[in-house]
Amino acid sequence: MDLAFTARDLVRRPTHPIYRRLGDRVFQVVVVALGLSIVALALLLAQVLLVDGWEPLRRFGFFGFLTGTTWDPVRGIHGTWPFIVGTLITAVASLALSFFPAIGVAIFSAEYAPRWLASIVDTIVDLLAAVPSVVVGIWGIFVLVPLMQNHVYLPVYFWAFEHAPGLLPVLGPPAGYNLITATIVLALMIVPYTTALARDAIRLVPRSQREAARALGATRWEVMRMAVLPYARGAITAGAILSFGRAIGETMAVAMLVGNSNTLPFTLFGPAATMPSVIVNEFREAVEDLHLASLMTVGFYLFLISLTVNLIAAWLQRKLAVGGRAL
Amino acid sequence: MEPMPHADDAPATAAATPATDAVSNRVVLATPKPQDAGQGDARATVAAEAVTRLVTDRITVNYGKTVGVRDVSLAFRDKTVTALIGPSGCGKTTFLRALNRMHDLTRGVKVTGKAVLDGTDIYANGVDPVTIRRRIGMVFQKPTPFPTMSIYDNVVAGLKLVGIRNRALLDEVAERSLRQAALWDEVKNRLRAPAGGISGGQQQRLSIARALAVEAEVLLMDEPTSSLDPQSTMRIEELIHELKHDVMIIIVTHNMQQAARVSDYTAFFYEGDLIEVADTNTMFTNPREQRTNDYITGRFG
Amino acid sequence: MAATAPGTGSDTATAAGAPRRLATVTPENLRRRYRRDRFMIGLLVLATAAVLVPLLIIVWYVVSNGISAVLTADFYTQDLGSPARALQGRPTGLGHTILGTMVVDGLALLIAVPIGVGAGIMLSEFPDHPLNPVLRVLNDTLNGMPAILKGLLAFSLIVKPMGTFSGISGAVALAFVMLPIVARATEGVLRIIPWSIREAGLALGLPRWRVVLNTVLPAARVGVVTGVLIAFARAAGEAAPLLFTSFGNNFFSSTPLRYLLGPVDTLPARLYSLAISPYREWHAMGWGAGVILLVLVIVTFVGTRIVTRQRRATEL
Repeated sequence: MDLAFTARDLVRRPTHPIYRRLGDRVFQVVVVALGLSIVALALLLAQVLLVDGWEPLRRFGFFGFLTGTTWDPVRGIHGTWPFIVGTLITAVASLALSFFPAIGVAIFSAEYAPRWLASIVDTIVDLLAAVPSVVVGIWGIFVLVPLMQNHVYLPVYFWAFEHAPGLLPVLGPPAGYNLITATIVLALMIVPYTTALARDAIRLVPRSQREAARALGATRWEVMRMAVLPYARGAITAGAILSFGRAIGETMAVAMLVGNSNTLPFTLFGPAATMPSVIVNEFREAVEDLHLASLMTVGFYLFLISLTVNLIAAWLQRKLAVGGRAL
Repeated sequence: MEPMPHADDAPATAAATPATDAVSNRVVLATPKPQDAGQGDARATVAAEAVTRLVTDRITVNYGKTVGVRDVSLAFRDKTVTALIGPSGCGKTTFLRALNRMHDLTRGVKVTGKAVLDGTDIYANGVDPVTIRRRIGMVFQKPTPFPTMSIYDNVVAGLKLVGIRNRALLDEVAERSLRQAALWDEVKNRLRAPAGGISGGQQQRLSIARALAVEAEVLLMDEPTSSLDPQSTMRIEELIHELKHDVMIIIVTHNMQQAARVSDYTAFFYEGDLIEVADTNTMFTNPREQRTNDYITGRFG
Repeated sequence: MAATAPGTGSDTATAAGAPRRLATVTPENLRRRYRRDRFMIGLLVLATAAVLVPLLIIVWYVVSNGISAVLTADFYTQDLGSPARALQGRPTGLGHTILGTMVVDGLALLIAVPIGVGAGIMLSEFPDHPLNPVLRVLNDTLNGMPAILKGLLAFSLIVKPMGTFSGISGAVALAFVMLPIVARATEGVLRIIPWSIREAGLALGLPRWRVVLNTVLPAARVGVVTGVLIAFARAAGEAAPLLFTSFGNNFFSSTPLRYLLGPVDTLPARLYSLAISPYREWHAMGWGAGVILLVLVIVTFVGTRIVTRQRRATEL
């Protein structure tokens, strides 16, 4: 360690006890104040969202506002249910889509790839997490949407038009900006969270476990399946839930790609909305006080859901970890 | 018993009826002398017609440039216990791991030579290491149950690998193996309990049961009791006395008293070379080599 | 690969005298297992490609579409103006956006770093403080909160009372995003510093605060810097919090103070507006903004790697 000065420099001034005690006291007070400001921040977040979003809660009730299916700023009726549905669908679907590839990458990097390749893979995965959501969004708008529309949505829609007109209401008008497009992009963006945790956990599985499995006559994949992956299951689950939490809160790319519809039912190919996307899409146009307050309340619900998911993740990870250590 | 010959021994040193092995006629066996029976349990129960099943021919293990063990040729008889002793770093564990091709898993390690089990070299082309490792089981220094599985699942883990799913069969094999490992009575009422919850000594016996369940014919033990308390150590040693009637046991130990207690034959390694091998009694009372004597009398190691 | 599997055909008795059951395990079973092994490797490689290739595709598209905008001088010297300006081919650019981003992000750092490092110090140097567990839980919770909520908080706390969108509120919103990251990184790296360093300082008669500020913190500076860089990169890419705080501006601000007190353009928020606008000329500049953001992110990324490697090299 590099001390840029000698001890003598420090001790040159006589350390008067008052100087020392006063200095320490001030230091402690300052540091604790800074720490407490984070506590205050967290509490403030909950409080502000609740207070600013109080009017709709008062008017429609906590559960009334939660489950209300009408979101009509003009008539002054608001209900969050469409956005909750949209959020849940995209979050669950994107987790389902991304989970196995994410674990696959983690296993590949941690077990199978030679070191140079593993570090490249890890770097690219970490980079994926760092790409701003808006950048993914603009790519989605100009590249993914036309691609999906021309190769998936339109062909399927026309096929259904000819052969299965009963499906059309489910499919909806193929605009390109819909739950499916948003889910694809979301899945890509949440992969790194699962992969990072899984890959570290897999690397941490003790060598003795692998050797014991091998000594029993297991092939390479069987060692993974029998000994390594179960050992790392706590971290793998935590990674999945972390990804899920990110998927719930992911805002910009989803707002740019999910369309802009406030009414259920959502169709597969037609526009939809999620809780973050409706806040983004409507905030600037929210003229009515009630409208603005309702968006705040949506934010409050988002806060509650996010909090719950994070707490569950922490609890589950502790429960599933081997030996009580968080793996 | 006559000493197990060192690879360099001329065949003429065998006094009783010599027999030569198909692999190399430098390795010579002899039948045990009747008068040695009765000196300690281990020796007394060695069958007169114990057959040689595992023979190594000049096994050499290289870690990159360093040599782990050099030119080790040893013959092992069925239903006996052979102890490998020597100071730290002498290569005994390295040699042990070569016997079930564990070095295949480590990058940069090269094994040359042959290890012949029942007439087939396990290092020959076309030989399947996965099957070898089932037949030659291994128990490690630290007990390694699979912590996310129950005791039952641990025991039958190897069987499930091979594709056996029949519940009745698995139950039967589980009970048999646990009995063999002297663990059945202690865990029979909590077979579904997680394997991580039992004591170290029990976990080690579980590891042994796991290897026995897949019908291992040879059991390699790498310092199996060095992480256990004396009580558990004693139980494992008793277990070894019983188990040797069923499987060939090769045990690495840094504890000479343990080697003297449990084994029929002992091989002394030093700095990567096999220095001497003999029946345990002779080894500890009248070794041939000076270095062996020095080690045994505690002058180093 | 197993051509022969010695022993699978033998009939000898097992240890307990029961007939060898595993002898009935066929080589076919073994072949199946090896086939499955190979199949899994293929699947794993496929999964890796499925994850890595899209990122490369995204980067490729952004760079190829945005490079032409980014390489003009106008991009950095002109402001955006009305759509008419771009449609008429008159010079436009995102100079005001880049400037605004620097102001807002810089101010956010100024706010977040002292508080975050302070919180990290509290957690690691005063480990017995009763509020520490609470702080840790809340910090981790904040870390996992969507950034948009932090924007809403800044909106309520600053924009509403001020009556206008402003650079300050944007900076505060981004600081909210950076804080938990810096705090967590600081605590993590301070905790690793061996206690003996603190003891040495105390034994010399140094007051506690000197020990932390002059011996412990400098020893941890690499880790703290890395944490700050990561937090910066994260916040610099966030658009949602800025949409309700600094909002956006199509023009250079009239005075320097207006950057703080009035609506300010920032790269992420501007990228969003340009992307959803109906004007193709604006789309091109949106890609350009994307290039700048990507460069920013990659440079920070590489920076943290270099800094960490340097630390490892000197820590032998």
